[in-house]
Amino acid sequence: MNKSPHNRVLPGFGLTLGYTIFYLSIVVLIPLSALFFKSATLSWGDFWATVTAERVIASFRLTFGAAIAAALVNALFGTLVAWVLVRYRFPGKRLADALVDLPFALPTAVAGITLATVYSANGWLGRYLEAAGIKVAFTPLGITVAMVFIGLPFVVRTVQPVLEELEPELEEAAACLGANRWQTIRRVLLPSITPAVITGFALAFARGVGEYGSIIFIAGNMPMKSEITPLLIITKLEQYDYAGATAIASVMLVISFVMLLVINILQKWSRRYAA
Amino acid sequence: MKTGLLKKVTAVVALALSLSIATVAAAETTLLNVSYDPTRELYQDFNGAFAKYWKGKSGETVTIKQSHGGSGKQARSVIDGLEADVVTLALAYDIDAIAEKGLIKQGWQKELPHNSSPYTSTIVFLVRKGNPKKIKDWNDLAKPGISVITPNPKTSGGARWNYLAAWGYALKQKRGNEAKAKEFVAKILKNVPVLDSGARGSTNTFVQRGLGDVLLAWENEAYLAINELGPDKFEIVTPSLSILAEPPVTVIDKVADRHGTRKVAEEYLKYLYTTEGQKIAAKHYYRPIDKKVPTNLAKVKLFTIDELFGGWQKAQKTHFADGGVFDQIYAR
Repeated sequence: MNKSPHNRVLPGFGLTLGYTIFYLSIVVLIPLSALFFKSATLSWGDFWATVTAERVIASFRLTFGAAIAAALVNALFGTLVAWVLVRYRFPGKRLADALVDLPFALPTAVAGITLATVYSANGWLGRYLEAAGIKVAFTPLGITVAMVFIGLPFVVRTVQPVLEELEPELEEAAACLGANRWQTIRRVLLPSITPAVITGFALAFARGVGEYGSIIFIAGNMPMKSEITPLLIITKLEQYDYAGATAIASVMLVISFVMLLVINILQKWSRRYAA
Repeated sequence: MKTGLLKKVTAVVALALSLSIATVAAAETTLLNVSYDPTRELYQDFNGAFAKYWKGKSGETVTIKQSHGGSGKQARSVIDGLEADVVTLALAYDIDAIAEKGLIKQGWQKELPHNSSPYTSTIVFLVRKGNPKKIKDWNDLAKPGISVITPNPKTSGGARWNYLAAWGYALKQKRGNEAKAKEFVAKILKNVPVLDSGARGSTNTFVQRGLGDVLLAWENEAYLAINELGPDKFEIVTPSLSILAEPPVTVIDKVADRHGTRKVAEEYLKYLYTTEGQKIAAKHYYRPIDKKVPTNLAKVKLFTIDELFGGWQKAQKTHFADGGVFDQIYAR
């Protein structure tokens, strides 16, 4: 934590800060403000009518609901995967480790087509699930499955380095001091990894909300039932209703931003709690 | 010093090279044809034929580039600045949207014969081999227990033809009226388990996922699907009555004038109307408008969008705009 100016790698705080703001403006802020300007061509009444239409509300509920559910699943099972990858040695571990990144690299459309194939009524998994009365493809459940798929690496890759830092000796010490396994998990492990899990959750959630390519193939796209918000935006564009499309998009943006902000605060709080 | 000289020489050579490439490129004409998904193979064929014809006629070498995607998406790309010399889209509505931005002269649809549609198509049914559910006509699609696959008319131009075809069929029945047509289409939509966002997606759902008893499809798409997947799995059912789908073509005036390609662009589209062009369209299962060009497609009674729906603008507004009939059918 040496803050002396001589030790900075990049020269000139003013210059680097200027560059940072310039870069962020070009890459993030300008496109996003264009979005708001475009939707501002609507009158307030039209804007409100557009974003509170029954179908739009239903899609918000579905998109955000499924994204939260998927991120929760990932937070739990992603942490488990990270744990296994860090703490155990087994044949094919490197392969398993590489597999985690696959949803990152795979074009989302490929993921969507593959998932739809696997989970449809005549697919490898779908035929058994369907026989058991569980419909996955073309339902909200399918949407959640797709979001779980694309969100997995976010949790694993944020939790993994934290677990690697956390030495097994800590658990041994806890055991020596007479803690049982549950106490070790709750008092030793959880406080250390919670911030990372929350970060992973937030990233997986954000990705799920914004996801289009992989979901569009497995969602039924039925109005009111299995339409995600990005699809409604496309629907508006098909009618050359640019303002309507950006109106929905900007609401999505605001909700996502607020949720990320809340998660950030939560994370800060949990760090303080851990310390 | 030596390296400086070397750098200069390299720069001069590079400049000369790029200049010579530029002059070569100028001697060639390039056209960009922005089209919709199912015409990829058609235009691959047609472009070769036209390039040959144009070389013979004017001595000029013309290269035609193709761009394919959903019809509405393609129109938006052109509006947003994709430099298309010509567009060949699925609906007049999409070209109207480009014209509205001032890129095409108003009244474009009168420029070429036959509503500027050099070939037509219609909507047919693709069913599984042996037609196990005995689907013969539109009214079979409205029966309970029949699963119908069609894309979402809100996102797919092709699906709008499907929807209007069903609507028109109901309208043309004895004592048919708008209320009955709405009820009829609603019944069919109730049998639709998935609304894919595009026509190719629906074909996938039907063919690869094995979902549904019948796929509503463009006639040429249905034939392509059968050719590719084997006639042992699927067959085509042509209904008694269907819609005349007219995919229109036009020159993007602003772009062609800027590129100086107006003449060749116009000739390109006109060539679609020649016997040679019509034969290529027929080969790809489009219905040629030149009746002398033979085709193996089944005879079917067809109605047009103008006679039953008062043109695309009106049909779009009534049926597919937000709050339109399609939305009403799905509203709770």
